[in-house]
Amino acid sequence: MLERIQKAQNLCEAACKQLGRQINIMEVCGTHTVSIFRNGIRSTLPKGLKLLSGPGCPVCVTDQGYIDIVLQLADRDDCLIATYGDMIRVPGKNSSLEKKQAKTNVKVVLSSEDALQLAKDNPEKTVVFVAVGFETTAPATAVVVKEAAEQGVDNFCILSGHKLVVPAMRALLSAKNDKIDAFLCPGHVSVIIGYGAFAEIVEDFGRPCVVAGFEPLQIMEGLGEICRQLAAGKAELKSIYNAVVTERGNIAAQEIVAECFEAVDGYWRGLGKIAKSTLKLKDKYSRFDALTRFNLTETPGEERTGCRCGEVLCGLIEPPECGLFGQNCTPQEPIGPCMVSSEGACAAWFKYGGIRTSG
Amino acid sequence: MKKTSKHDRILLAHGGGGQLTDDLIRHYILPSLNNEVLAELGDSAKLNVDSNSLCFTTDSYVVKPLFFNGGDIGKLAVCGTVNDLAVAGSKPVALSLSLIIEDGFEFKLLEKILVSISKAARQNNVSIVTGDTKTVEAGAADKIFINTSGIGVKLNGVEMGFERIAVGDKIIINGTIGDHGMTIISQREDIKFQSQLQSDCAGLAGLTCELLENTNGIKFMRDPTRGGLAATLNEISRSSGLSIEIRQADIPVNPTVQAAADMLGFDVLTIANEGKFIAIVSPESAEDCLRICKNHPLGKEARIIGEVCQSRDVPVVEMITQIGGKRIVQMPYGRELPRIC
Repeated sequence: MLERIQKAQNLCEAACKQLGRQINIMEVCGTHTVSIFRNGIRSTLPKGLKLLSGPGCPVCVTDQGYIDIVLQLADRDDCLIATYGDMIRVPGKNSSLEKKQAKTNVKVVLSSEDALQLAKDNPEKTVVFVAVGFETTAPATAVVVKEAAEQGVDNFCILSGHKLVVPAMRALLSAKNDKIDAFLCPGHVSVIIGYGAFAEIVEDFGRPCVVAGFEPLQIMEGLGEICRQLAAGKAELKSIYNAVVTERGNIAAQEIVAECFEAVDGYWRGLGKIAKSTLKLKDKYSRFDALTRFNLTETPGEERTGCRCGEVLCGLIEPPECGLFGQNCTPQEPIGPCMVSSEGACAAWFKYGGIRTSG
Repeated sequence: MKKTSKHDRILLAHGGGGQLTDDLIRHYILPSLNNEVLAELGDSAKLNVDSNSLCFTTDSYVVKPLFFNGGDIGKLAVCGTVNDLAVAGSKPVALSLSLIIEDGFEFKLLEKILVSISKAARQNNVSIVTGDTKTVEAGAADKIFINTSGIGVKLNGVEMGFERIAVGDKIIINGTIGDHGMTIISQREDIKFQSQLQSDCAGLAGLTCELLENTNGIKFMRDPTRGGLAATLNEISRSSGLSIEIRQADIPVNPTVQAAADMLGFDVLTIANEGKFIAIVSPESAEDCLRICKNHPLGKEARIIGEVCQSRDVPVVEMITQIGGKRIVQMPYGRELPRIC
């Protein structure tokens, strides 16, 4: 293994030398972010190679406006909120689901099926499933929406916060951060959408896109492959996660998502409104859409004062550059979502990178 | 063992101090923990201990589930307290046992726990010499909570403390990490998954006494329970004012534990252990310590996992990762796993 790592490191060093400037590679997957920190990968890279943690953590990219709607629904006595555990501590304007949990109408679920079961077990309440995540979790949400429709579980609905990765990558390159030289593309998402989905980034923006798994060796070899391309002045699409990722992905999963959802413009924390980047239930399933059912509209929320999660997510700053980091905002007392989620860039910096110390 | 025939569940009245309490003690608890000091049923135990120096500790056990692969709350309550005495450099002598039982708790489960307590006490050469039983209304406790306190006799000539730790000292662990914590979480009702995981729950006094009696370079010992290796090493680093460097490749981890931790997103360094100790030893005695460990059933997989080193700025714990990278090992902030012991 060490030989292959050495080879990847050599490719990185050669690219830095060849280009004679800083190389910025962005990972757009929270699991990559954690693995990079946990394995100390940054410390093994040449100085000229910088890794940016992009919008890859589902909790982090969820807009404040969405969080505030969830909290608003949690205040209703006729609702039960079913949420994945990592959403529970994200602070809203005045509260968090964790604080509402004391009122017992917030339940942590491990799967969308658990949320549907909760609805079946509590016919007197409306269960709102806080459906967040990228292409990886959207199929599981689609499955339960279809099941609810087929079985007539009318007290079930979802608040869709599902996001699409490729539109966000386009948005980043178009506006916010054109310093990104290449993307280390997400492994899990690619299992569903296929590595072919990133072809448009390569073609339209001329940036190398390499899909890698989560083991340190995979990440290092992914970075090595990107650097090989950069040094050769090329931009190619490649997957080195051959064990599970194919070019076209999981067709069955894509089909069920396409049957239930359509891509609409949506708000992202830090990135703002991105065209066709969020999944909304199609009209035929609109009765399972919490926004329709409770006649709500999602508006962009305000970031909490001083919180720079938005800039962190765009790779514009590193977490320690935020004035709150490690001082007012820690995993114990998080202010921004990037510190709440274990996949968040701030939490990973705090946990594995250490707090900024003088020198 | 004679049973209180009319009841198969604990009633509030079993804690009322009357006949039912007497039944519970005489027919369930005493026979399980049979020893003369306890049998007197006095208000306090009288111990004959020849030592100028004693160690005294207490711990409460609220683990959920009560029974898990490799142990149960009873075994844990004995081993946990024994281990606290052991790593303080003492030979455990006597324990107290307090049971707080919820109304409706099944007698057959209580019996199972008492048998386990008795077995663990025997294996660790300690006697349960005093105790207490309380019952509470349904909902006021979760099935059963146990408190044990323990007394140990300080081993002659053994002096350990943070202040003795020096640059260059080796860090030894007696085996794989994370087994207890991952076993518990894998058996939680809300998360249950099939696995071969088994808690490492065990009393360490036999091994620690052997080490302390046969070597003289042990500077400090601690059992990495809640918060795992990460918490213990950070405590040692902070209190000694020195940094610690460990090597990931040298830390023994059961592959099943690693896989489960990866799947659930846990850092195995922060997962609890219940049959492990960390020893900080002088470089000269490290090999002797390792040899003694490896010859003991609870130390077969013992390894030197790192060294104490000079602090550059502030004392930190750092790990050389398997790919040769370096990262900080932070003090875990401790929300991940409630009620693991």
